[in-house]
Parts: sequence; structure tokens; C-alpha cells
Amino acid sequence: MTVTPASALMPASVSDESVDREVSTGAVLGALLRRDLRVARREAPYFLVRTLMQPVLFIVVFGFLLPKMGFVRVGYTSALLPGIIAVSLALSAIQAVALPMVQDFGWTREIEDRLLAPVPTALIATEKVLAGAIQGVISGLIVLPVGRLIMGPIPGLTLENAVAFISITALGALTFSAIGLVLGTAIAPQQIGLMFSIIVAPMLMFGCAYYPWRGLDAIPVMKYAVLVNPLVYVAEGIRATITPDGPHMPILAAAGALVVLAGGFWYAGRRVFLRKAVG
Amino acid sequence: MTAAIQTRALRKEYPAPAPRRGRGPGASPMPASQPRPAAARGPIVALDSLDLDVPQGEFFGLLGPNGAGKTTTIGILTTRVRATSGKASVAGADVASDDVRVRQRIGVVPQRPNPDRSLTVIENLEFHAAYFGMALGTAAMRGHELLERLGIGDKANAKVDELSGGQQQRLMIARALIHEPRVLFLDEPTVGLDPQARLALWEILRDLHAQGRTIVMTTHYMEEADQLCDRLAIVDHGRLLACDTPDNLRAQAPGGTLIELILDGDAETVVESAQIVPGTLRVEARNAVLRVYSDRRGEVIPPLIRAAEAKGRTVLNINLSTPSLETLFVSLTGRKLD
Repeated sequence: MTVTPASALMPASVSDESVDREVSTGAVLGALLRRDLRVARREAPYFLVRTLMQPVLFIVVFGFLLPKMGFVRVGYTSALLPGIIAVSLALSAIQAVALPMVQDFGWTREIEDRLLAPVPTALIATEKVLAGAIQGVISGLIVLPVGRLIMGPIPGLTLENAVAFISITALGALTFSAIGLVLGTAIAPQQIGLMFSIIVAPMLMFGCAYYPWRGLDAIPVMKYAVLVNPLVYVAEGIRATITPDGPHMPILAAAGALVVLAGGFWYAGRRVFLRKAVG
Repeated sequence: MTAAIQTRALRKEYPAPAPRRGRGPGASPMPASQPRPAAARGPIVALDSLDLDVPQGEFFGLLGPNGAGKTTTIGILTTRVRATSGKASVAGADVASDDVRVRQRIGVVPQRPNPDRSLTVIENLEFHAAYFGMALGTAAMRGHELLERLGIGDKANAKVDELSGGQQQRLMIARALIHEPRVLFLDEPTVGLDPQARLALWEILRDLHAQGRTIVMTTHYMEEADQLCDRLAIVDHGRLLACDTPDNLRAQAPGGTLIELILDGDAETVVESAQIVPGTLRVEARNAVLRVYSDRRGEVIPPLIRAAEAKGRTVLNINLSTPSLETLFVSLTGRKLD
């Protein structure tokens, strides 16, 4: 190991009177996002396989095989595709935040270098939610063409409401990214598998992803019970934008619910995060 | 001279761990959801009314056995742990009300290296600098320079996992320095380093100190504290037992040679008969260890062994130490450092 000459490691004057470097919160937020996106880009292949495998298999079975066999009506794909997009963005947003968070707080403590940044600690949590949401939106946008490709022509599919579609996708991704923050901070590392079986799996199945909400008219109890599930609003909101001819919730109702849910989960996640981050 | 660090009546309590229910080791308690039982044993006091003053530019050592409260103290001073009560300020800013400013002015080397393993070595430094508002160009230049000085310049583009433990520790030091902090905190920085790396790190720390940097280091290596620190605080059970320069502390060490007899059972029964052995200054018992301070060096050992055997005890081992920081530490805390 080289021994360091005295002048090398530090600038000469060190005093309490030295001026603090100006640190803008925006610049730090930018650096934090850059870090997460660089890591995500590096791990993209694994990430995509992990989050897109299930939706793509669903597309193959329910959007291609079953219609071919004549077990479902052709129009089913126009209800299915928006749901699959919702599932993909939900899965990837949750995983992008929750998995690293569980590791960080469970054993690696790698997040420590960011917790020492000269910004309010809550900003670190907020940045995680933003980075997760970006990954969620990207997953959703990848599944749209993939689904269209595998399922073939989808009756009533339109991209005329692209802005509304992107907005709902972003709101949905923010909501699930915030849910990822809650789960990632509140759950013990050894229970991460349980989280998927007990929380995520039912959420996907009862999230009106594979059937439209209106379809539950036949089972009224179910119809209102599923409204606690954020995925319902994402799937229905996307239906309202890309397959508006089929049954769907009013887009404003879906968007409003997502704003409330995203805010609520972000607030809850931030609280648990702060409790975990500062001893 | 202004104080780099000041604490007043600093106290930290941790809630007592909830009693384990019969659900096996897999059922770890979730602090968020599990209410504390009504009949809890009291809270665990990690720090009890700690007052410290560290002037700017001092190399200050916190010395104590495991569980003494050293890491909790560093945690509070680096804003990573919230104190239960009391006040603390670092580099002129209050750790509770002005934590952002404190973080801006400090660098921290953790007990266990926690580099960002998803990034390369140089990226670790560049991003850390960016979190402190440093421009990328400056950060990259400084980062390479620091790695070079710390002897791991050739590892700049390596993955963190390719570094040895000692190299990771050096990366942690580089990270703590990249944003030019005024106060540097090191928590047991040489644990797990080989002797050569430890000496090299000492050199680096001496240089940083010579630059006028305030350094606070915890350690349980007496020699390290003695060699490096201007002043030492000896803490145990969250309390400050002594605080002075190594020389002054050594002068406070109880006179005479410290003789420790390790017995095969409780040493308490032997205290009385050991006290009347000529040449003993002071006798203490702690479990199976009988501690005797003697002004006749080892001469007292044979009569002490006889005294122990007369009480039905067998002497398993004997240690001798001359007056030193070590013997002062033992006399203050009743236990050894490691």
C-alpha cells in the first residue's frame, strides 16, 4: 500500500469557517436517479425476464392459444391486453423498489452512502419511488407491442389517446412503486417470498387484469370488494384509453383513485422508510 | 478554538427486545407491527448522559469494549441514529435540527464496508461526490487521485466484489474523503485488516490529522488509540469513564503490576485471603478472574496460588501486565478490551 504524502489527500485549509458547497436538492435527486437508472440498465436483461415472463406467458396462453382453440371469444384480447400491461407495470414497479430495499435494510446496508447525502432523508425514499415508476412505465410500454404481436389484431385497439394512456401508466407505476416502498421497508428479508404469495399474487388475480370490472356485475360482492385493489384502477384506466369501445371505468374515476392511492402509499412508505433509516 | 463536536447529556435508549413467542427462530419479530408487551423489561440504555468536547483539528479516540456505546455515539454524531435526549452538535450544526448541514460537513468510514456493489470502484466515488453536489469532472479527477494515493488506483474500473477486505476498507476511506469533509468519523477502521494494511492506514490518518482535519475514531485496540489519538475517551455501558491525553491517562493507571489469576470457579471467595498477602495493593474478583495489583511484581504469585488453593480453587492461568492504558482500562471498566 502506498503511503500518502501529507498534501495529497486534502486541500490545505480546513476550518469551521470554510464555506459549504452549495448543494441543490434537485441536483442530488438527479444524481440518485442517475445511479438507479444506470444500475437498472446494467441489469436490464434479468429485470425484464423477471418482470415480463409472467405477463408474456399469459399473453401466449390467454391471448393466443385459447382464442385459437375457440375457448374464448375473439374480443377477449381487447379486455386482456390492457390488463396485462397493468400487471407488467405493477410487477416491475413493485420489484424495482421492494427487492433492493429489503436487501439494503436487511443486510447489505449499501443504501448507507445515500443516507449520508446532505439532503432530507425522505428525499431518498421519494427518489426510489420515482426510479421504480420509470421502470414500471418502461415495462408497460414494452408489453404493449409484444402483446399486439403475439395476439394478432385486437378489436378496437387505438393509440389515439396516447397522452391519457401514458398518464394512466405513469400514475399506476407510481402507485405500485410506492407500494413497493411500503413492502420493501415493512417486510423482513426472510418473508419476501411470502409477500409474493400472500399479497402480490391475489392482487394480480383480483385486479380485474384478466377480465373487465364490469364483468363482475354478476357477482356484486366481488365487484365492490375488488375496489380496494389498486390494480383495478390501472387496468380499467388503460382500457379506457387504448380499448375505449369495451367496458371500462370512467377514466377520471380511475385516475382519481390512483392519485389518492399513490399519495397514501407514498406517505405510508416514507414513514416506515424514515423509521428504518434513522435508528 | 471552536468545538468540532460537542455533546451534552446525550442519552440513547433502545426498546427492550420483545420476548420471543414459541414460534421458532424463523418468526422474527417485526418491530413495525408488534406492540411492546406491557410487562417489558426496561429499555436498553446504550448511552447514558454523555458529555464530550472535541476541539477542531483534534484526533479523538473513543475506546471501549463491545457494547460500550461507541457505535451508537458515532451513529448519533453522523445523524444516523436519533438520540433519546440531550444535545449534540458537529462542525457547528445541531445533529437533530440541522442534520442536512451536519451530513454536508462530515465523512464516515463504517465499521463494516458497505460499498455500492452495483457500481464499479470509481463510480462509487463519483456518485457519492454527486450526492454531495460535486461536478462529475471534479469528482472523477479527485476520485482517481484518492484511489491512487490509497494504493488501489489500478482497481478504479473493477467491480467492488473483486476487492479484498482491506481494499474495500480503503475504498470506504476514499468515499469518506471525496467531498472534503471537515470532520472524519471512523468506526473501528482497522478491524479485519492485516498488520501491514493497518500500519498503512495509520499513516494515512496521521497525514489527514496533520492537515488539520478533525478525526473521531472508535477502536478497541489500545495500541492504535495510544499511537494516533491526541485525546482518548474511555467509555463503557454508555458512560464516559475517563477522557484525557494518552500520557495523562497512563499516569492515572493504578500503580503496580496487574496480576490476573483465572480460577476454576467464582473468585469472590478468595478475595479476603488474597488481600492479606504482603505486597498486594488492591484485589478484585469478577466471576472466575481474581485481579490483584501488586507493588512487588510477580513475587506475590506463589502466596496467591496458595490462598486460592486453600479455598478449594485451582489456578488455571495467570496473566501479568505492567501499568499501562490497558491496566487503567481494566481498572475502570472491570473488563478487557477484546
